[in-house]
Amino acid sequence: MLRRLYPLKPYLARYRSRFVAGFVTLLIAQLTGVTIPLFIKAGIDGLTHRAALGRLLFFAGLMLGLAVVKAVFQFWMRWILIGISRDVEYDLRNDLFAHLCRLSQRYYTGTRTGDLMSKLTNDLNAVRNMVGPGIMYSATTVVVGVATIGLMVHLDWRLTLLALIPLPVASVLVKVFGQKIHDRFERIQAMYSELTERVRENLSGVRVIRAFCQEEPEMALFDRMNQEFVERNKGLIWISSFLWPVLAMMFALSFMLILVAGGRHVISGAISLGTFAAFNVYLMYLIWPIIALGWVVNLMQRGLASLERLWTIFLARPEIDDREVPAQPLTSLRGEIEFRDLDFAYNGKPVLKGINLSVPAGKTVAIVGATGSGKSTLVSLIPRLYDAPDGALLLDGVPIRRIPLETLRRNIGFVPQETFLFSETIRENVRFGAPDASEADVEQATDVSNILPEIHGFPKGFETLVGERGLTLSGGQKQRTAISRAVIRDPRILILDDALSSVDTGTEEKILQHLTGVMAGRTTLLISHRVSTVQNADEIVVLDHGEIVERGTHEELLTLDGYYSELYNRQLIEEELEKEA
Amino acid sequence: MPDNVREEEILGKAYDSRLMRRLLAYLRPYWRVVTLALVAIFLYGILQAVPPYLMKVEVDRYLDPTRHGQIPRYLARFLSPNPAAGIFQIAFALFLPTVLVTFFLEFGQSFTMQLVGQKVMYDLRKEIFAHLQRLQLSFYDHNPVGRMVTRVTTDVDVLNDLFSSGVVAIFGDFFTLVSIIAIMLEMNWKLALLTFAVLPLIVMTTMWFRQAVRDSYRRIRIAIARINAYLQEHLTGMAVLQLFNREERSYQEFEKINRLHMGAYKDSILAYGLFYPAVEFLGVTAVAIIIYAGGGMSLRGTVTVGTAIAFIQYSQRFFRPIQDLSDKYNILQSAMAASERIFKLLDTPVEITDPAESLAVVSDRRTATVMSPADGGHRPPLQSPDGDQRSPLQQPLVEFRNAGFAYDGEHRVIEDISFTIDPGETVAVVGHTGAGKTTLTSLLLRFYDVQDGQVLFDGVDARRLRLQDLRRNFGMVLQDPFLFSGTIASNIRLGTEWITDTQVREAARRVNVLDFVQSLPGGFDELVKERGVTLSVGQKQLLSFARALAHNPRVLILDEATSSVDPETEYMIREGLRRLIENRTSLIIAHRLSTIQNASKIIVMHKGRIREVGTHQELLQQRGIYFKLYQLQYKDQEMPALEAGAS
Repeated sequence: MLRRLYPLKPYLARYRSRFVAGFVTLLIAQLTGVTIPLFIKAGIDGLTHRAALGRLLFFAGLMLGLAVVKAVFQFWMRWILIGISRDVEYDLRNDLFAHLCRLSQRYYTGTRTGDLMSKLTNDLNAVRNMVGPGIMYSATTVVVGVATIGLMVHLDWRLTLLALIPLPVASVLVKVFGQKIHDRFERIQAMYSELTERVRENLSGVRVIRAFCQEEPEMALFDRMNQEFVERNKGLIWISSFLWPVLAMMFALSFMLILVAGGRHVISGAISLGTFAAFNVYLMYLIWPIIALGWVVNLMQRGLASLERLWTIFLARPEIDDREVPAQPLTSLRGEIEFRDLDFAYNGKPVLKGINLSVPAGKTVAIVGATGSGKSTLVSLIPRLYDAPDGALLLDGVPIRRIPLETLRRNIGFVPQETFLFSETIRENVRFGAPDASEADVEQATDVSNILPEIHGFPKGFETLVGERGLTLSGGQKQRTAISRAVIRDPRILILDDALSSVDTGTEEKILQHLTGVMAGRTTLLISHRVSTVQNADEIVVLDHGEIVERGTHEELLTLDGYYSELYNRQLIEEELEKEA
Repeated sequence: MPDNVREEEILGKAYDSRLMRRLLAYLRPYWRVVTLALVAIFLYGILQAVPPYLMKVEVDRYLDPTRHGQIPRYLARFLSPNPAAGIFQIAFALFLPTVLVTFFLEFGQSFTMQLVGQKVMYDLRKEIFAHLQRLQLSFYDHNPVGRMVTRVTTDVDVLNDLFSSGVVAIFGDFFTLVSIIAIMLEMNWKLALLTFAVLPLIVMTTMWFRQAVRDSYRRIRIAIARINAYLQEHLTGMAVLQLFNREERSYQEFEKINRLHMGAYKDSILAYGLFYPAVEFLGVTAVAIIIYAGGGMSLRGTVTVGTAIAFIQYSQRFFRPIQDLSDKYNILQSAMAASERIFKLLDTPVEITDPAESLAVVSDRRTATVMSPADGGHRPPLQSPDGDQRSPLQQPLVEFRNAGFAYDGEHRVIEDISFTIDPGETVAVVGHTGAGKTTLTSLLLRFYDVQDGQVLFDGVDARRLRLQDLRRNFGMVLQDPFLFSGTIASNIRLGTEWITDTQVREAARRVNVLDFVQSLPGGFDELVKERGVTLSVGQKQLLSFARALAHNPRVLILDEATSSVDPETEYMIREGLRRLIENRTSLIIAHRLSTIQNASKIIVMHKGRIREVGTHQELLQQRGIYFKLYQLQYKDQEMPALEAGAS
């Protein structure tokens, strides 16, 4: 158990002194608490012996005093011990996020976001439960249990023995039934997911269902699952409505034993009526620890299992880092890119073969080719989203892995093929990679991508929220925002991965014109399916199945009568078609 | 997502009589059980007051050395004068039965009410799901699937609490409280009133606590939603985050939300931390009052020791019912919010419905075999494309007459569309993206109703046919083949019971997918997981062909996939398609050269209107839009198509 808790050690050690304080308050609170019934005993005995009212007032006052002490320390106990668990949770969540930020794309393509989310929520929560309530209630159970039973034994050990008979049964019941409840609950949850998934499927496939008149069969199927769900719930209902009444009955039976045996002891004079009354109160004190005992065991088991799952995230190592960066690294880049005999395979499948391409600083190179020809992979190697083989990719003549990641990426403006904007304002999205950019910078960057007039047209302008809870931008607007986001960083290298596909040709022309202005002297890589986007590039390369098959300027490629000239002809036809009213 | 979260978070009042009446109506079918549960909980409440009273009886009758206690005469008569025997009587004749009956009442009540809760949930889910099966497609266009799923699942689940632990338990807590108060007043009203001095404090503390906890829970829920939304978004956009050197800043942002979450939780710890000790303190206060005041009264002989001991026990039993009652507030509040959302969905009117008076269309395909042509695959001569040879008596099977439609009611996506499909014809619709091709098929199936003009089937306005009668005539292949989780066979057959195993198999064979299916370890029973992620695009296409074929439709509607596949799959799909449309009236949104070449009629759509109609050759000669489309979309396929065709 301790060995399995080992990963948590640094997180717990950080709060060592608070743990100590928490346990001290716990000890004081619970030990004070268990003395209170002694004064109930004294009070009742006082009643039977017709003690003076002053004496009773003294007992009552003392009880209240002790109750105040207990209340104060009990408050601190919870505040400290449960508080620590929230701190540990906070630390863990921060560290997990920071770690996830360092993991490479390869990790993300191999991991489902849903699985990660489940670990970051459910498993983290189970670990928190173990660290907080788990620890506090185990300690409370031990202290209260030992002290109460000790005092009860002190009062009358035979009665104690008798009264305690039904209680271990209660602990075992909680443990066993708690586990059963958990298992059945999981089964219900599984069915619930299945039901949810079926509804989702049904609603997503609504066209097929309507077209094939499948409404009735779908309802019948849903009905079966709905019934199964109810069936599984019955399994839980049975136990859960049984557990609490049966526990209540166990405790009631304990009281009954005291009623009988305690009564006889009082009559025989072995104990006083006060002791008899105190016994009843002590028994009540034991109820919670007895229940908690079974509960805590389950809490711990689940917490440990979750801890293991959670730790798989930390065990994944970042693949792309600065380990090959020399002591005196480059701090700025000119923007010269060179691919040298580059081969690249992904999951054992060759994607790029024998790429030789050099882009002098300040030049523009365009890449065209069919879907799946490796264009995006090629440019994703430059910001090291994936790592090129050793020495096959050089920036400013330096192997790319010897350049600090931070420096490298800071000098690149990347516009990915699939535009991903965050649910923030347009301003925040544009400034995403340049947090210190001024208002003028933002205006200029949005002007470059020709989206500024539209932003001014939005009621909230730059403050417009993007995404589901705000404005849904069109594909073209998103792409243009993403271009602004890249341009505002004033990068040495600008990479546009098919970033104008949703923009109409007129706007495209304007954007390209602006770009030539701001990107003068910067290196630009353009991927596109459109001739209009690439025709002015210094060099155009055509990729086919991971190999460069054509290269040259627009004019040179047109003479080749290959892929590029075909692309050109199509564009002409498309323009004509567009003109048809 | 955060917006959704916010919408789902809205909590209104805890009680709305209109909603409550409508909710309680769902209990009506189970009123007998509910009544029984109410009786049980009433008795349970009364029995809760019994054990401390028995304690008093035992103490006053047998244990109190001062012996001045009095007990009711009927008990005095029943109990033995011998203390040892009397104690046994109290324990086994009175206490034990009480305990056992309490157990059965509590168990029975809880079990039956939870069961009723489940049944009500079942009914509700069924009703919502059925309603969703009838709602028109335009509703689906405007409501994200996720939100509709929530109505059937999460929202219904919230109501579960109301039925299983809300409605009846409120009475339980109330009865318990009342019977304890009553018996205490009966035993000694002066001491009782003194003890009740803590009651207002308990109520106040509990109310303060509820308020505090509710507030911090609201903040916790919002913080959790924000953490999840942030994680979901940033894990998905991790590449962008890394490309733009945002690691540090995003960490700081995340840390802020994480801190909010922790802060909200610490507030709730504070609330709990103050509440539990306060309640315990009030409990001890009650005991102190009883000892001191009871002591004074007992000196005057007005209170017995037994009463004092029983009072101590009663005073500890106030707390739970009061706390539980305050819990119910939250349950009610969430239930009201959830039911409001559910009823809103249920009240959404179904716009595309069966007509009040429908014309019957007889199309019993059960009698037909899948391979309907009796002549074993020889095609009857196709109608001439211009339709001139059609006899005046012959009805077109499908006709669009000046049809116009706008999804938003305003911007027409198609306008003034008129064309016919005669029995046996293969009509291909071509056009650039956004020309309105798919809309045609949606209108034909009455996913939407035309705003202008008419769509006729067998010469009858589609709106005058029952939806089932209309749709049963069509077999549809969507551009993105949609597979359900289930088996291969269940994806071909769907829920259509009259399709036999042989027909499933035959359909698969006809569209060239049988070999593939048989190569699977489970054959037709092989499980299709996650909507067919393990299958290739081509395989999914062929399976959806088989699905359409197995349903043996009079008219086949096919939206060809645009995605490129390898030549071998391409050939298989083309062959499958050829066999699929053989001898069958079909409307195809075409992306394949082979399809348009074999079509009896090609309809060229451009910007929502029909621009050209004719055969492949005729249209090419016109050198119009079709000619350009041909060069853009189909010309490339010529060479590989010839090669593959020759092989």
